[in-house]
Amino acid sequence: MTIPGAPGLPTRRFTGRSGSSADRLFRTSTGIAAVTMAGLILAIGLMLLVNSGEAFRQFGVGFVTGTTWDPVAGIYDALPYIVGTLLSSAIALAIAAPIGLLTAIFLAELAPRRVALPLTFLIELLAAIPSVVFGLWGVFVLSPFLGATLEPFLIRTLGWIPIFAGPSYGIGLFSAGIILAIMILPTIVAIAREVISSVPDSQREAMAALGATRWEIVRRAVLPFARSGIVGAIILGLGRALGETMAVTMVIGNGQNIPTRLFDQAQTIASKIATTFNEASIGLQTSSLIALGLMLLVITISLNVVARLLVRRVATEGGR
Amino acid sequence: MATLTPVMDRPVAARLVRSPADRRRATVDRSMRGLALAAAIACVIPLGAVVLFVTLKGAAGLNLDLLTKAPRALGTGGGAASAILGSLQMIPLATVVAVPVGVLAAVYVNEFSGRRSATAIRFAADVLVGIPSILVGIFVFTFLVLPFKQFNAFAGSMALALLMVPVIMRTTEEILRLVPSTLREASLALGVPMWRTVLSVVLRTGLTGILTGVMLAVARAFGETAPLLFTALGSRLVNVGDFAKPMDALPIFIYVNARQPFPALNQQAWGAALLLLIVVLAINILVRARSWGRRAA
Repeated sequence: MTIPGAPGLPTRRFTGRSGSSADRLFRTSTGIAAVTMAGLILAIGLMLLVNSGEAFRQFGVGFVTGTTWDPVAGIYDALPYIVGTLLSSAIALAIAAPIGLLTAIFLAELAPRRVALPLTFLIELLAAIPSVVFGLWGVFVLSPFLGATLEPFLIRTLGWIPIFAGPSYGIGLFSAGIILAIMILPTIVAIAREVISSVPDSQREAMAALGATRWEIVRRAVLPFARSGIVGAIILGLGRALGETMAVTMVIGNGQNIPTRLFDQAQTIASKIATTFNEASIGLQTSSLIALGLMLLVITISLNVVARLLVRRVATEGGR
Repeated sequence: MATLTPVMDRPVAARLVRSPADRRRATVDRSMRGLALAAAIACVIPLGAVVLFVTLKGAAGLNLDLLTKAPRALGTGGGAASAILGSLQMIPLATVVAVPVGVLAAVYVNEFSGRRSATAIRFAADVLVGIPSILVGIFVFTFLVLPFKQFNAFAGSMALALLMVPVIMRTTEEILRLVPSTLREASLALGVPMWRTVLSVVLRTGLTGILTGVMLAVARAFGETAPLLFTALGSRLVNVGDFAKPMDALPIFIYVNARQPFPALNQQAWGAALLLLIVVLAINILVRARSWGRRAA
């Protein structure tokens, strides 16, 4: 894997503007393919924008602040799903960011090659497991396990803090957060590892010459140099968590209210779309679901763009 | 790594003279390194847990019935033949559409375009990979399902193709970048036209790498559920060849059966999940093991 967004070698291998008509035809068709692909993003964005118009015209700002989703009354508001999305992703990040960063440090700085290579391979395999398989495992293995062990324990010990109050069902926000954490770990590890590897050796050698320990080298030379790229890696993980659909849909419990406690059942934007879209009547309800989708698109694309710029900054400064 | 030896790796004699501050630093060093090792192990545990449970629970469900019988319309029994056949039809069609677009786009970026537009198109591909796949489902629904008032397998294939294109484009482009310019020049110098040079020299040289990217995209498509929900929909009927009708797929089968209140259907979901996991991991391991072997050598 290479750093996403990293600048490549200069392109344009074939410089001549002229050429036979076959050449021109070929060149044009490759151009069409490239533009088609890039245009898809625009097309997806435009389609969501146009089809969500009805919902935004009808509800205005209330769409984002209201809490009712009532097909009978014809009122569709987004706040519970926005909150569910943000909270489940926040739980995922709180778990995956530190573990992912430490793993990336281990793989890039501490582990001998014969350990780092197979570990990296296994973590890439984790990324390959389909979302729906994680969901199945989450419903039948992870959630019952959490519901029987960790959740009662947290309620007993921390239950006096409102967000840790019971009851717990196993299925819910907390389970969804943990599944998401597992699913975004490979992204965070892979990108953070690449970024850390691109820190020039001279930085490490300078610290070592001052008598620093291995950890001090990491802490004071490598991490400061790689900081923006690491933040980028975590943001890419966040982007993935926000848009993840199937596994979350299966374990989050489809609660319709704003979750206020860690173990509440909730719904994310993506899971709301997945569970409701096919049954929705064409018109205002579909339009509202598409409006949810548009918000998700805008958030994930902005996060992606920011993250890739941050990662690229480290890649262009360093590079071995 | 650094050529100088860090404190902890120095010979014992050199470590003897240590102040309390030094000892504290050594402790911090050891504990943080231990923590990093623990984090790395924690990353692999879920992989082990998922593979273990899917194998244990799926082994009982993965039998001849699951592979050969169609699902019953009502109640329990039957198998996943509709889903297996559905995946085996939609994914080839998606691949046939996605490969030319992805490869040609990569050729454009690497061989013909200026640096600016190359960066922009690469960036677009990266962003496209990051778009939640459920939104791709809505997109394709609007153009290929709504006008025909019928969920159909063709829309499902196109949704999968849309997800495959940027993956194929990015991996192909990485490979083309490694093809030495001297090969292109040699070919052109022999009077071979540009388009032939690209097709039979550049792409031919990178063929193995391109196939790697295609296989990884295929593996991804096998597991995608969200974009199929609003397009191919899924079906209890075996659909062979009718792309204008709804079609089942392995991940949809797993999703639907996992939500049923019947343990027998849950069991089928586990069996199908084991099948899916075997396919996806086998492709990934075979393809990646090759490139890893090359990198380690």
